[in-house]
Amino acid sequence: MSLWPDASVGPVVLGTAMLGAVSGAVGTFAVVRRRSLQGDAVSHAALPGVALAALVGARSEVLLVLGAAAVGWFAMGLVATIVRRSKVPFDAALGGALAVFFGLGLVLMTYLQRHTPGGGALRLQQYLFGQDAALLREDDLRPMAILGGIAIAAVILLWKEFKLLSFDPDFAASMGFPARRLDIVLTGLVVLAVVIGLQTVGVVLMSALIVAPGVAARQWSDRLGSVVILAGLIGATAGGIGTWLSHALSVTRHTVPTGPTIVLVVSVIAIASLALAPRRGILWRLHRPTLVPPP
Amino acid sequence: MSPAQLETTLLVAAVAAAAALPGCFLVLRRLALVGDAISHVLLFGIVVAFFIVGDLDSPWLVLGAAASGVLTVALVEALQRTGLVREDAAIGLVFPGLFALGTLLASLYLRSTHLDVDAVLLGHAELAITTPKVTLGPFEFGRLPTVVMTGVFLMNVMLTIVFFKELKLSTFDPALAAALGFMPGLIHYGLMGIVSLTTVAAFDAVGPVMVVAFLVVPAATALLLTERLGVMLILASVIGVLAAVIGVAVAFELRTNTAGTVATVLGALFTLVFLFSPRQGLIGNLLRRVQQRREFLVTMLTIHLTQHEGTPAEPDEARFEGLHRHLHWELGRVATVVTRAERMGLITRDGALLKLTPEGRTRARQMLGERG
Repeated sequence: MSLWPDASVGPVVLGTAMLGAVSGAVGTFAVVRRRSLQGDAVSHAALPGVALAALVGARSEVLLVLGAAAVGWFAMGLVATIVRRSKVPFDAALGGALAVFFGLGLVLMTYLQRHTPGGGALRLQQYLFGQDAALLREDDLRPMAILGGIAIAAVILLWKEFKLLSFDPDFAASMGFPARRLDIVLTGLVVLAVVIGLQTVGVVLMSALIVAPGVAARQWSDRLGSVVILAGLIGATAGGIGTWLSHALSVTRHTVPTGPTIVLVVSVIAIASLALAPRRGILWRLHRPTLVPPP
Repeated sequence: MSPAQLETTLLVAAVAAAAALPGCFLVLRRLALVGDAISHVLLFGIVVAFFIVGDLDSPWLVLGAAASGVLTVALVEALQRTGLVREDAAIGLVFPGLFALGTLLASLYLRSTHLDVDAVLLGHAELAITTPKVTLGPFEFGRLPTVVMTGVFLMNVMLTIVFFKELKLSTFDPALAAALGFMPGLIHYGLMGIVSLTTVAAFDAVGPVMVVAFLVVPAATALLLTERLGVMLILASVIGVLAAVIGVAVAFELRTNTAGTVATVLGALFTLVFLFSPRQGLIGNLLRRVQQRREFLVTMLTIHLTQHEGTPAEPDEARFEGLHRHLHWELGRVATVVTRAERMGLITRDGALLKLTPEGRTRARQMLGERG
């Protein structure tokens, strides 16, 4: 086993590290706002977008990603409307929308596969589990970098607004901030982070990249700024290490899939943070139980 | 209807009916996303159970998977109890992690077996006709998965009836349930066990993602139609079965993925109810709001007229321009409200002057009386 398996791994590690940084930073807001599972819902709900984009003849990856983003965003708007206009609770609306949109996506995809020539080229497997990261080329990195850059720039530009919205949305509204519009933008950033990652890590595992870095970083700091930056770093580290590990461990007959490896790495970091973080960590409390009031 | 479609319809209808009952309690207890987590983790449970048992058809596989569902819930709750993460983040941490572990193990060690991850995730209800028939002597019960699913459905019905009081109380007032010694914790884990078992049984037919649609969407739809728990449970089952029948027919017509099509039909049914439900629908609410607004304006007009009836200000107050000036209504609105009040027989016109009829006076007085 060589430590650096292949020269071609370089751009892949860079790409997944970038993905981890963006989803970690943006995901922190989702965690702080108790909407951690938004990422999960968006990633499932985006499937019909991919299929629709393919249906109108889009073949380039960028268009498929944009289709996914549009439908994912639409689904979140629908969830917000259902919660506001009926007595269906948020979790049921989110879970229901997730499953129904995913089902709709499957319908469109299977329809495409059976009824259009070349429709079979649409790789459902890739969408679900992420592609083998070795297939990630340098061409794919540019759209990823642009979309990720947009998300990070938005977080920096709207920092004050997002911070206020995260901790006291009512106060934000009373101060005259357009709370609902900011909410839509922030949701849009989660959508953006999710669709960037869909191809690499797949639907189910994308939600881990949104939640875990934020949870891990939260254990080490009480300041939002530090938590967001730290979450970005943790996400990037997990993405890089996970990709490298999956390549280093793969031998000719057994390839280790990249997506699950990244998720396991980020989960381990989160668990370690929960256990070890100074003063609030689980082990820390076991050691000096009397100093910490029970939660 | 071809035999294949009939068998598939029976199977999916059994899944829908079986899932709708625990689904109602998931929705009412705000546990819909816990259901989502359980369904994803089952893949992990199946893989681990397979490592131990080494046989894909063993019933232990089902039990192992169901146990992993309950384990997920326990893990999520343990994480929450540390006070370091909230419920949503705990769910978002536990299930992708276990799912990743399951996928990794499956792709590394289960290559040679026919545990196809893709097939497992998407469900294959349309293959119901290829499964063996269950017979007992001369009696034929149906296809194996359908019989199993029907069994799960009957078990859920029985448990719901036997523990109806306990479930109801612990759902709507857990504190009282605990105080009365109903052990809400036990009921909670029992319910989670049932959800896990139902999901495992439905796994082959509809896959883990769509099973969430079968759990949550019929219940959410029924929630918009009734306020009684018993009625909700029955309605949810009926809605699930209805969606199964329609969805399977559409899927066979278009040759699309069965579970996905049924999930889409479920979503369509929910949308219909969300828009048109008589008491809680979006459109009904909108119409009601418009109606209330109209009523309010007309009542306001009658009150305004009573206040000035017989006073020297009446000739000024009780005409169009006066209403415009004193109530700050636009002239267009004044015209609409006056016309409506006239049609309702509350006022009459005396030249440019508006006069209350006895009915109009009663209406104003009733409103003022209620207030004071």
